[in-house]
Amino acid sequence: MRGKWPVLVLFLPPALLLFTVFVILPMGEAAWYSFYNWNGYGLPSQWIGTKNYELIFRNGAFRTALINNGLIIVISICVQIPLALWLATMVSRNIKGALAFRLLFFLPYVLADVAAGMIWRFVYDGEFGLVAGIWNFFGAAPPFWLADKQVAFYAVLGVIVWKYFGFHMMLFIAGLQAIDKSVLEAADIDGATGWQKFYRVTLPLLGSTVRLSVFFAVVGSLQLFDMIMPLTGGGPSNATQTLVTFLYSFGVMRMQVGFGSAVGVVLFIICVTLAFGYKRIFMRND
Amino acid sequence: MNHGFARPWRDTLLLAVSAVTLFGSVTGAYAQSTIKWLHLEANENRLKTWQDIAAAYEAEHPDVKIEFQFLENEAFKAKLPTLLQSNDAPSMFYTWGGGVLKAQSETGAIRDVTAAMDADGGAWRNSISPAAVDGLSIDGKVWAAPIQSGLVSFFYNKAMFEQAGVDASAIATWDDFLAAVSKLKEAGITPIAGGGGDKWPIHFYWSYLAMREAGKDGFAAAKAGEGFTGEAFVRASQHLVDLGALEPFQEGYLGATWPDTQAVFADGRAAIILSFENTATPQNQANAATDGKGLAQDAIGRFAFPLVEGGAGVITDDFGGLNGWVVTANAPPETEDFLKYFTSKDNAAKLAEFNNILPTTLGGDEGVKDPSLADSAAQMAKATWHQNYLDQDLGPNVGRVVNDMSVELVSGQMSPEDALQQIEDAFSLEM
Repeated sequence: MRGKWPVLVLFLPPALLLFTVFVILPMGEAAWYSFYNWNGYGLPSQWIGTKNYELIFRNGAFRTALINNGLIIVISICVQIPLALWLATMVSRNIKGALAFRLLFFLPYVLADVAAGMIWRFVYDGEFGLVAGIWNFFGAAPPFWLADKQVAFYAVLGVIVWKYFGFHMMLFIAGLQAIDKSVLEAADIDGATGWQKFYRVTLPLLGSTVRLSVFFAVVGSLQLFDMIMPLTGGGPSNATQTLVTFLYSFGVMRMQVGFGSAVGVVLFIICVTLAFGYKRIFMRND
Repeated sequence: MNHGFARPWRDTLLLAVSAVTLFGSVTGAYAQSTIKWLHLEANENRLKTWQDIAAAYEAEHPDVKIEFQFLENEAFKAKLPTLLQSNDAPSMFYTWGGGVLKAQSETGAIRDVTAAMDADGGAWRNSISPAAVDGLSIDGKVWAAPIQSGLVSFFYNKAMFEQAGVDASAIATWDDFLAAVSKLKEAGITPIAGGGGDKWPIHFYWSYLAMREAGKDGFAAAKAGEGFTGEAFVRASQHLVDLGALEPFQEGYLGATWPDTQAVFADGRAAIILSFENTATPQNQANAATDGKGLAQDAIGRFAFPLVEGGAGVITDDFGGLNGWVVTANAPPETEDFLKYFTSKDNAAKLAEFNNILPTTLGGDEGVKDPSLADSAAQMAKATWHQNYLDQDLGPNVGRVVNDMSVELVSGQMSPEDALQQIEDAFSLEM
């Protein structure tokens, strides 16, 4: 133990200082600002207690954002991850062209979020876009999905699945490669069918990867911002806001730094609760 | 070994050389003052006009150097509060006036230009339109040097109006306007290009309707503390709901950005647009249209926003932008002098001619060569009241709520009472 002290004294302070100045301090400041009505100029002086928090929970757009974030998580778990897992089992086999498909499926993830948002804005455009082209080809009036309050978020979900399934697929491919081939061979010898092998052998052995994948999906949902802004900007009528775009449009763009900080605090609490809760409950053995 | 010995020497030498260079350049900069000009002008041709004016000023004043700094629009708005309170604050920056300027004026980060305006018997002040100086003044102090103002009005596609049998000159009231919209629809024409995605293009409608209903005094009373839930504002909001009920906009307008919207009009895909004074200029049409050309100027007509029956507003009440340049607290003293030069009649005329602005400097409109701009300028010259954009005037927060509510109203998502309550909620927090 004695030998560890010089190391601690030498190496801990720089990291601790950086962490305090750039992580702990801003968090504390945000918590402090959240009790003020402040536009970012000068020092906060107008103390309004918990008014900002009341305004957040009365705000319809915030509720929409919360629901949207939940929807992203649900879609990730119900659609994206099964899709990624299915594709991973296909392309991890030694068949011709598997590598090419792996690359192809991974490509959307490599693309910058902002670029993806802009591309899909164009794809969905009802006047000049790809969707319009397809609809016109069949002689139907093209839809304007991104302008329709009821549909817009599903269109966004489509882009999210498209953008991130490749990432989850890669996780699964790595997980599949770690599975001992002899276990599957033993299942073969026992006469297990393809589905039985997948359900009884592969999936249980992939458990930790699946849990990790879901964890990334949850965190990704809470951070989603760069793709939404160019795609819809949170509109129409705030139908496609996420928590972070809500923070940006209602805090930063309106120069309501106090209100924005309060949103930040709420987001922080949600993140911490979800992340630690999830780790505790589902990933304790990983 | 020899090699390892030589390296530190080389590094020391390099360090010494760079230190000397750095020191030299720092002392060099101290010999003159630098005006740091923070702007949002992304168009190179327009920036060129400014650079020429700046170069001419530098030639006359060898001790002053003018440095251009660019920030994109949203980045500018987001960064400015931090920037102003840092050591990197610019010397002057662009303003839209209104609530943001007021907030800035209360922080001590900017300085007012009243003294400079009133020097030499008010030479600078007297050279500029009083309405513009007034618009950028708060509590008797002038907080920005006015440079340009704008006028929002209806522009229409003449051929489409003719095809539908609509006479633009006969549109005097909101009811006439709604009738015209219906007639265009019956003729199979999309009546209006609307930008519901960006929201502020729709706030033009609510603003004008509120101005027409409440009038100058009613509006001033609302802003002074009466709030926006009064009868006049309910009626104004209802007019907007009525318009929305006719489904007058292009398909998908709720997702349309402003460039999309301008393209809809310039491509001839809709007959009307409520837009800025420069809508009909060839440059703007070329920028806006998908084919890079757009409509010919004589194919576009203009009419003022119609009155509402029984409203307190008059047709000469104008709505549009008012812009100026703000001087920061620690800017070099030459900044005001440069701004005086920048807003002089000759330079204003140059800006009018090359950058298609409507200058606030008296006599500067001599430079307005474009007939459609001159038409707007002529209306503004008769103005009984010039109201700045509400999303500026009411401050960034209430302003954005007005934008949101305008879209909610026109798309039939919210009743006038609910929408006004939301505006009122935001407004009461600011008071």
